[in-house]
Amino acid sequence: MNINATLIGQAIWFGLFIWITMKFVWPPLQKAMADRQAQIADGLAAAERGKHEQELAAKRSADALREAKEKSSDFIAQAEKRAQQIIEEAKGTAKVEADKVVSGAKAEIEQEVERAKQQLRERVAELAVAGAEKILRKEINASVHADMLGTLKQDL
Amino acid sequence: MSAEGGTTGYIQHHLTNLAVCADSAKIDGVCTGFWTFHLDTLLVSGILGLVVFGLMASLASKATSGVPSGGQNFVEMVVGLVDQQVRDTFHGKSALVTPLAITIFVWVFVMNAMDLIPVDFLPVALQAATGNHEMPFKFVPTTDPNLTFAMSITVFFISLFMGLKVKGFGHFMHEVFAVPFGLKLAPINLLFRIVEEIARPISLSLRLFGNMYAGEMVFILIALLGLYQLPLALPWELFHILIITLQAFVFMMLTIVYMSMAAESH
Repeated sequence: MNINATLIGQAIWFGLFIWITMKFVWPPLQKAMADRQAQIADGLAAAERGKHEQELAAKRSADALREAKEKSSDFIAQAEKRAQQIIEEAKGTAKVEADKVVSGAKAEIEQEVERAKQQLRERVAELAVAGAEKILRKEINASVHADMLGTLKQDL
Repeated sequence: MSAEGGTTGYIQHHLTNLAVCADSAKIDGVCTGFWTFHLDTLLVSGILGLVVFGLMASLASKATSGVPSGGQNFVEMVVGLVDQQVRDTFHGKSALVTPLAITIFVWVFVMNAMDLIPVDFLPVALQAATGNHEMPFKFVPTTDPNLTFAMSITVFFISLFMGLKVKGFGHFMHEVFAVPFGLKLAPINLLFRIVEEIARPISLSLRLFGNMYAGEMVFILIALLGLYQLPLALPWELFHILIITLQAFVFMMLTIVYMSMAAESH
């Protein structure tokens, strides 16, 4: 173990290598590493933001879905109500129409009855006259009893 | 095994640095005195550092904040690990501490990792290439105390500079003379401080040097066993992977701690 001038040479080498590291190795690497760290941090923050936004969007879409469901059930309820109304209206009109038809028929029947009665009335007078003529031909003069028969005809 | 002198010669040869010096400083052909350079330590550590830091710089220059390439990812992983340690331990603001810690960890690690190459492999290859079969060459620079002391002394001066810069001259001097016993015992405080400050670089460098030197020694001893080294070298290598990483980490961690102690008030 002998210390000699090698010491000086080694110190120069050491100093040179420190200088190289200080000048050319450490600063660019430090910068690259710091930049990458910043990039990673940014990326993580962006991912976090994205996640948050996605949560918001999911909430919004759920809201929209619920609203749409509510609206559609409203629509269905309204439509059912309207259908019920239409049915009620139809029932009403049908009843009115039927009543009309029935009353028309009734009136017609009454007219018919009236007309039959009229005809019968005409015929009854004739038949009565013909019967009476036949009975009274022999004993009563038709002309004598014409007034009485006329009154009878009026009463019928 | 190229050296003469059997086992002792083999071990000594493996623990000798390739030294160069002026001819006037040589005694019996061996370099002595301060102005000697360990060529192997200087070359191996320098080339390893240039390759690994050049690679890191080129990867860093192409660094993107997007999806990183495999290489960039690996460098970021290592650098991020070191930076995390700095953040946990050093609470001041300094553009120097993290690069310093990265440099120490990476450089010490690759130099220690040279220990995993079998002890004779590179020296023999180099001897064959140069034709000089007596040439020693240590391939693990961290087994040379010159390197570990150079690093720890540099760290020491940087921490001193940082203490002065962060606290200001007045506050720094006050701390040197008045902590921990108050101004009345200023000489004792100063003595404590000096012991504390000197102990740090010595323990820092000797810890790394001692661990790597001992590990290398065990490798050399295992290599002496001939064929029996095979079942022994592998477990020691596997265990050594842990040691080289741990020693690099400890050197880095203690440097960060010293920096934070220098920057914070006691």
